[in-house]
Order: sequence, then C-alpha cells, then structure tokens
Amino acid sequence: MGGLISYFRGLLGSREMRILILGLDGAGKTTILYRLQVGEVVTTIPTIGFNVEQVTYKNLKFQVWDLGGQTSIRPYWRCYYSNTDAIIYVVDSADKDRIGISKDELLYMLREEELAGAILLVLANKQDIEGCLSVAEVHQALGLDALKNRTFQIFKTSATKGEGLDQAMDWLSNVLQSKK
Amino acid sequence: MSFKRDKKEEEDGNGNPFQNLEKTSVLQEARTFNETPVNAKKCIHILTKILYLINQGESLGTREATECFFAMTKLFQSKDLVLRRMVYLGIKELSTIAEDVIIVTSSLTKDMTGREDLYRAPAIRASFSITDPTMLQAVECYMKQCIVDRNPSVSSGALVSSLHLSSQSGAGDVVKRWANEAQEALNSDNIMVQYHALGLLNHIRRNDRLAVAKLVNKLIGQSMKSPYAVCYLIRIGSKIIEEDYANGTTTISDTHFLEFVESCLRHKSEMVIYEAAHAIVNLKRTSARELAPAVSILQLFCGSSKATLRFAAVRTMNKVAILYPAAVAAFNMDLEGLIADSNRSVATLAITTLLKTGTESSVERLMKQIATFVAEISDEFKVVVVQAIRTLCTKFPRKHSILMNFLSAMLREEGGLDYKTSIVDTIILIIEENPDAKESGLSHLCEFIEDCEHTSLAVRILHLLGKEGPHSKNPSKYIRFVYNRVILENATVRAAAVSAMAQFGASCPDLLNNVTVLLGRCQMDIDDEVRDRATYYLTILNSSNPSLWKNYISSNDQLVSLSLLEKTLKEHLNGALTETFDLSLVPKTAPTPTVTEDAHNDAMITTNSIQKTPRVTREEVNVERLLQIPGIQRLGPLHKSSPSVQLTESETEYTVSCIKHCFAQHVVLQFDCVNTLSDQLLENVRVDLLLPEGFIVRHVIPCAKLIYGEKESTYVILEYPGDVASSSATFGATLKFIVKDCDPTTGLPDSDEGYDDEYMLEDFEITVADQIQKTKLNNFVVAWDAADSEEWVELEDTYQLSAVNTLQDAVHTIIKFLGLGPANATEKVAEETHTHTLLCSGVFRGGAEVLLRAKLALADGVTMQLTVRSTDTEVAEIVSSAIG
Repeated sequence: MGGLISYFRGLLGSREMRILILGLDGAGKTTILYRLQVGEVVTTIPTIGFNVEQVTYKNLKFQVWDLGGQTSIRPYWRCYYSNTDAIIYVVDSADKDRIGISKDELLYMLREEELAGAILLVLANKQDIEGCLSVAEVHQALGLDALKNRTFQIFKTSATKGEGLDQAMDWLSNVLQSKK
Repeated sequence: MSFKRDKKEEEDGNGNPFQNLEKTSVLQEARTFNETPVNAKKCIHILTKILYLINQGESLGTREATECFFAMTKLFQSKDLVLRRMVYLGIKELSTIAEDVIIVTSSLTKDMTGREDLYRAPAIRASFSITDPTMLQAVECYMKQCIVDRNPSVSSGALVSSLHLSSQSGAGDVVKRWANEAQEALNSDNIMVQYHALGLLNHIRRNDRLAVAKLVNKLIGQSMKSPYAVCYLIRIGSKIIEEDYANGTTTISDTHFLEFVESCLRHKSEMVIYEAAHAIVNLKRTSARELAPAVSILQLFCGSSKATLRFAAVRTMNKVAILYPAAVAAFNMDLEGLIADSNRSVATLAITTLLKTGTESSVERLMKQIATFVAEISDEFKVVVVQAIRTLCTKFPRKHSILMNFLSAMLREEGGLDYKTSIVDTIILIIEENPDAKESGLSHLCEFIEDCEHTSLAVRILHLLGKEGPHSKNPSKYIRFVYNRVILENATVRAAAVSAMAQFGASCPDLLNNVTVLLGRCQMDIDDEVRDRATYYLTILNSSNPSLWKNYISSNDQLVSLSLLEKTLKEHLNGALTETFDLSLVPKTAPTPTVTEDAHNDAMITTNSIQKTPRVTREEVNVERLLQIPGIQRLGPLHKSSPSVQLTESETEYTVSCIKHCFAQHVVLQFDCVNTLSDQLLENVRVDLLLPEGFIVRHVIPCAKLIYGEKESTYVILEYPGDVASSSATFGATLKFIVKDCDPTTGLPDSDEGYDDEYMLEDFEITVADQIQKTKLNNFVVAWDAADSEEWVELEDTYQLSAVNTLQDAVHTIIKFLGLGPANATEKVAEETHTHTLLCSGVFRGGAEVLLRAKLALADGVTMQLTVRSTDTEVAEIVSSAIG
C-alpha cells in the first residue's frame, strides 16, 4: 500500500520545488546555480536582479531563484519569498570581515513569516581558499545554534571545484521528499 | 494622430472584448502572476489587458505599477515563448512608472546574450528601457556586436534602442562610439535595418551640419535598397536645403540634394514618390518649375485606388493650397471628384482644399455640398471644416451671411467641446473683423447659449455680449438673453451673466434703471460669487459717477497680468511679510498668445495636439528671473521685454543674445551667454558697453561662472537719458571674462589661475519699438476722437517710403519699427487697392499713450501721411521721427 502511494506520488509529485539561493554579493550564488544546472563553472558577472532556472537533481525538479546579493538589491529579496520550499544560504567562508553582515541578513530573513515553513540549507562556500573559516566556525559565526523550529543543515562546499554540492543536494532532496 | 473611424462605427464598438475593463480588477487579476506553476495562457491574457489599459491612456500610480511589475518578474520562470515576449512588452510599458525596475537587469541580459533569437531583439529593447547611462559601459561591447548582428531583428532592435538612449543625457557620447557599427549596418540587406541605421547615424551627427551633409551626399550616390531609408534621406536632405535657404546661403550640395529629391519622383516605391513630392511642395524655395512635376504626381495619386494614397495626396494639397493656390487650382477638377469619395476623411480634406482655393462664386455651391455630409463625419474633421470656413470668412467678407448661417446650423447639432469651441471662435472672429456681421453673429451666439451645456463657452459668450452688446443698435434685446442665464444656469455662468449685465448698465444710460432692478434680484442668489458681483456692480452703478463706471466696469484694460500677479503674490506670502504688497510692481504686460500662428497652422492637422500644451511664455520666464535681481523693484513695474537679438554668429565659440527689458526710466539689458567650448570655464562674465551720450550705467551684474553648454545671464542696468529724443541709440558691446582651461569630461578647471580675455559682440540698438508696449483697442475710432483734446498733442507729416514697394510691406514696416498694436484689423491690406489706412496704438514707457493713423497711398513707391496723437510732446516727436 505504502509503495503504491509513493508510486503515485512519484507521478503526481512533479510539482516543482521552489528554492531561493540567497547570500551576500560575491558569495558564489550564481556559480552554484549554474553548477547545479549544467554541471560546469560558468563565468558570472554580478547579478543585478535575479536569475531563475530549472534544475533537475535525481529526478526531482527544482525551480531555483538566484537573487542578487548587493546591498541595493537585498531589499527586494522579500518580493520573492512566497511559496518557497527551501532556502540555500551561501556564505563566503573566506570573507571574515563581512560574516557578521551575513549573519544579520540571515536572521532578518528568517524572521519573515512567509518563510516560516522553508527548509534552510547553509553552504559554507569557497572552502578551497586557504585560511578560510571552517564549517564549525561558520556555524558559530552565523549563530546557527540559536535556531529553533527550523529544519536546517550546514555543508562545506567549493562551487568552483564542485566539492560538497552533491552531499548538500542529497540532504535537501531527502528532506523535501520526506516532508511531502 | 489617429483619424478616428466614422462615428457610428465607433459607437457600437464591434464587441471589443477589452472594452469594459476596470483598472482595479485587472490589477487584482495580476496577482495570478505570483502563483506557481505559472499558467502561461492565463497570464498572457492578463498581460494583454494591462497593456491595453495603459495604451488606452489609463494611468497607473507608482505603487500599483511597482507591485504589478514585481509580480510580472515572477513570470521569467516560465519557458513559454509568447509569455516571455509579453513580459518584455510589459517591462517597457511599466519601466517609466514603476520603481526599482533594475531588478530585471540580469534576466534581460541573459536573454539578450542567449541563443534564442526570438528573445534577443525584444530583450534588447526592453533592457534599454530600464538601463540608465551609468550602466552603459557594461553592455557597450555587446551592443556593438548586436548592431552588426546577422539577425535583422536583433540589429534593428539594437539600433533603435541606441537611438532612444542617445537622447538621454550622458549617454550621447557612448552611443557616438557606435557610429562605425551603425555605418556597417547601413549596408545591410534588410530594409528596416538600413532605415534604422540611417536614423541612428543622422542622430549621432545631428549637431554637425557638415557631417550630415556629407552623409547624405555619400548615400545619394549609393541608391539604397530600403524605401524607408530613402524617404528618411529625402527628409534629411530637404531639411538641409531648408536651413541653408533660411540662412540665405545656397551651396552646391543643395542643388545636388534637390536633384536627388526630384529623381525620387521616379522611384519605384509609391512611398518614396509621395515623400519626394511632399518634400518639394513644402520647400520654401521651390519654384514653379520644380513644383509642377510634384503637383502632377499628387494629382495622379488622387486618382489612385488606394485610399491611403488619395488621403496623403489630398492632405498635402490641402496644406499647399495656401502657399500656391494657383498650382492647386489646376486640379480642382480632380478634387471635386473626390468630394463624393466613399472615404469621408478624403472627402473632407478635398472639400476644405477647394474652399481654400475656390473663388467667391463657388463658395455657395461648396457649402451646400458640405452640408450634405457634415453630419456623417467625426468631430475632428468637423473642426477642419470649421477652420476652412474661418479662412473663407477672412477672404470673402461679403459672404458672411451664408457662412454665418451655416455655422449656426452646425452649432445647433450635436458635438463635443472642441468642435463647439472652434465654431464659437470662428463666429467671434467674424464679428471682430466684419462689423456688418456683428448683429447677426451676436444673435446666433445668444441663441446658442440658450441651450449650451459647456460652461466655458457660455461664459465666453456672455463676456463678449457684455463687451459688444451695449454698442449694438438694440442693446435691450440682449439683456433678455443674459438675464435668462441668471435664472437657468449654474453659478459660474450666473456670475458671468451678472458681469455682462453690469456692462449694459454702465454703457447704456437708458437701460440703467432696468439693469439695477435685475442686479438687485441677483443679490438674492445662493452663490457667494454671484452675490458679490451683483453687490459690487450695483454699488458702482448707483454711485452715478460715470468715471467710476468707466474705470471699474466698462474699461477692458487689464490692470495687471494675472498669471504674474499670482506668482508675485505667492512669493510675497512666502516672504517675510514685513513690507506691504505693492501692486505697481507687477508687470502689466499680459503675454498675448499669438493668434496668427493658429491661422497658419489650420491645415496642418498633425500639429494641433502639440500646440495645446500650456506653455509658460518667454516673457514670464525672463520676468521671473529678472525679479530676482535685488533692488530691481526700485525701477518700478516692467514696461516691456523685447524679443531676443543675437549678438554673435550662431556657430562661434561663445554665443550671446540680448533681451531688452524696458522700465519707466531704466532699461535692463539681459545678455544670455552660452559657452560652446568644452575645455574652457569662464568666470566673471560681463558685457562692457560703449554708451551713447545720455545713458548712464547704474549697475552691472556679472555671471560668476559660465560652464560649457549652459545658458547663463549677465545684466546691465542703464538709465535712460533725460530727453526722450536721444533714448533710441546704438550701443557697442564687448564680452569680458576670465578664462580657465578645464578638463572637458569633468568640467573642473585644471588650475585656479585664469587669464582675462574679451570677445567682440555685434552692435545693438535700443529702438522706439523697444520702449512701446502695444495695446489692443477695441474701438480705435472712439479713442482717436477722444484724443482730440487739449491734453493730447498731435503731430502730422507726410513721408515718402522708398524702401517698400507694396502697401502690405509698408504696414509691416511701420508696425515693426514702432512696436504698436494694430486696431480694427487694419494690419491687413485688401488686395488690389491703392490706398490704405493703418490704425494702431500703444503706450510709451512712463505711461504716455500713443495713437497713430497712417494713410498710405501707392504710386511709385508708397506715400504716407502720418498722424500721431500722444499725451506727451516728446513721445509724439520720437514716434513720428522713427519712421522717417
């Protein structure tokens, strides 16, 4: 019986998951988006506005919105919050100076009611750069310990090298599927 | 401008599905955009509705638009081709209203640079509607590629977007760098690309006449493929010819261009042929020889089976009819055929053209023909017909009764405000120009206001009745009409009627008793304004003091210019309020709108809409700036500002023009300077004058800083000499300033040190005309006779005017030299007469009134007997000597 239900769910559950990629400018959001979509590193320019792409990962379809991270564009993030299933929050682990700002933006965003049910996936990106913060340090710096009532996980990644993304996406798809 | 379809068709609407759209409900629907997954079909439909609304003139507020815009950005997730292209359109429409539109930049850039050709062109166009010049650098390289792209729609899109962009400030220089690419696009096989490339190239070079001429010259030789481009080339070419002609120079290339335009009459595309004919016919320098082939082309088009061609031809002929009646008269036969044309627009233009070229005898026949179909055409064309009738009235004053009857019949029919206004305007014009028509015209208007739904027109007519009625044969008959308004109409009209009645009371002593009774009743009115007016007039009329009546009721002189009074009052209220408001500081010069322009433009239907924009007159702008000069109030009210005079050639390093503001005892010279050198910053700019005897410089206000390309003013305040006779004189002038070299891009000076320099300006004059403000007397003869008293001086002399050959020229010269306002329409000389009397009037600075009568006779040259009456001897002398 359970198998049957999941079979139908497989057929009907083709509703696209809506995912936002957020984070400060230069964290690597657009690179991650295209790494997920086409599997390559593309040259990017600062995103003024947003990119939206369809990403298929292990037969799951995601509609991924990559919103620009520049200070001037951050206020518009909230226009795109509704119906979001998950947030991928990208942090530049090598940018120690601005990790505080990154934390503030994250907390500010999580307070939004529209995102109350959204799953949070934090990516400590740019792990390939020497001297960067470790996952634990990022975890600490973002104050993730204090997070309650939210499904979340943190992963270390390097978008340019393609490391860590698969584990992160595996976790995300599992959580999203089991949530349904 | 759109020529609307016939009225009937317009009314039933043909089941337009979008007809009853509500803005709020459509915006509500736009929330659908936020839903996932996107329902492309539904969203396309909603976007169409939004676009339809915007294009129907519905205006969205900033918040509404922004909300709608952001909802629309969500649609980028859909891969639907049609939907995406609708989104581009939506972005373009909303980009000017909504805020933060840069949010779509990345998405558009992606589509622009993507592989999907269907996206690229529209994405470029949309992207430029949200780009500001600062972001240009980033896309520059990409734009250059797009301009020369193989795909014509991409290339066209890039060219047109660049063109739009280059008119924005700051972007022009960037776009200039794309000229090479545009040049390459000019060789494209695609007709649109070629046309757009030419447009961009011309725009880039528009400030450089030589470069444009060179471009045209080169392209003439190349025989371009695109008919659109050829048409455009004809336009550029004829513009150059026209400008050269206006400057009085004719170059070899002009002849060359003209030959090209003529050769285009034999082009294979009808569009080009028409454009060439149109150009030739409109050129001011066109001679009869050049005109003939163009006119015969138009004649040919009149017989075409295509309604558009017939329409274009007739419309051009309509315009030309005023300039070259003889040329058009040649094909009156063809035009008469077109009166019965099934296309009403063509028929209307044909008939109005005939009216312009027709003779006195044909008027009646034509009017009958118009009457048969006037009910079937739309309001816009009725206005065209009315305008044609207006010109007829001036041309054939004797036909006024027929025309007047026709107009009053039209007035009784249904029609919008514009239409009614133009009829009323025409009737008023006839009344003013033709005393014989006055009585019948007034009674037609009286009849009209009995049943007039337009308050503004009723008020105007009542004012006219008040002005003209008392001087008619039987004033009492009008009072009934006027008083009826008091009983039946709304407050605004009632107030106007009260004022009109008071006029009758003041001007017709035998009616005074009746009027006071009627006004007494108006004191019971429920509206404040009506009651106030009634009380005011009643008090004055009961004072039995005719001089009061004259000054406060029947005198038409405006005390001050109302718009300027309003401004000064506002400033006063914003000020410290320590001083009392001085009415005498407000200039009397009511900036008079130029009526003549209208008459000239009546045939050019296309330009009507532009003219209506309320413009602040040059005088008001200047006066406002003038009033900011500290201490200027001491000079008293401004008497007159003269039109600006150029003191340099137009294409020199610095251009300077001078405006003379005349006060009672002083003249303020305003020098408008422009620095056209981008690598120079001028400081302490002032004008040094070589003064004739008697003038004293009271004050000089230099311009602290003159930045490249900006217009700034420096002032010199002079006192007039004590004797009026030496107040018209010639001045030498030199521009003096400190030059600092600066960086052309930033405009910042390289160093703090500059050097003194000067620049010779042309001499200029203060003439008698500069010191006279024209007045418009409604009844010159009365004023003239009244001036035959002891307070007035009369001078009379006879002159031989050698420089002019016709009476009309003589009239123009006199008016121009003296700056007086003609009265009783005497500025127009009837054709084929040998004598004419010009009557005009004005006020000299200081307040001396001037009346002038010039009797002109044409023999060999023009002989003039000039009689000047003025309240001041010296003024009378200077006026009469100014002509000699």
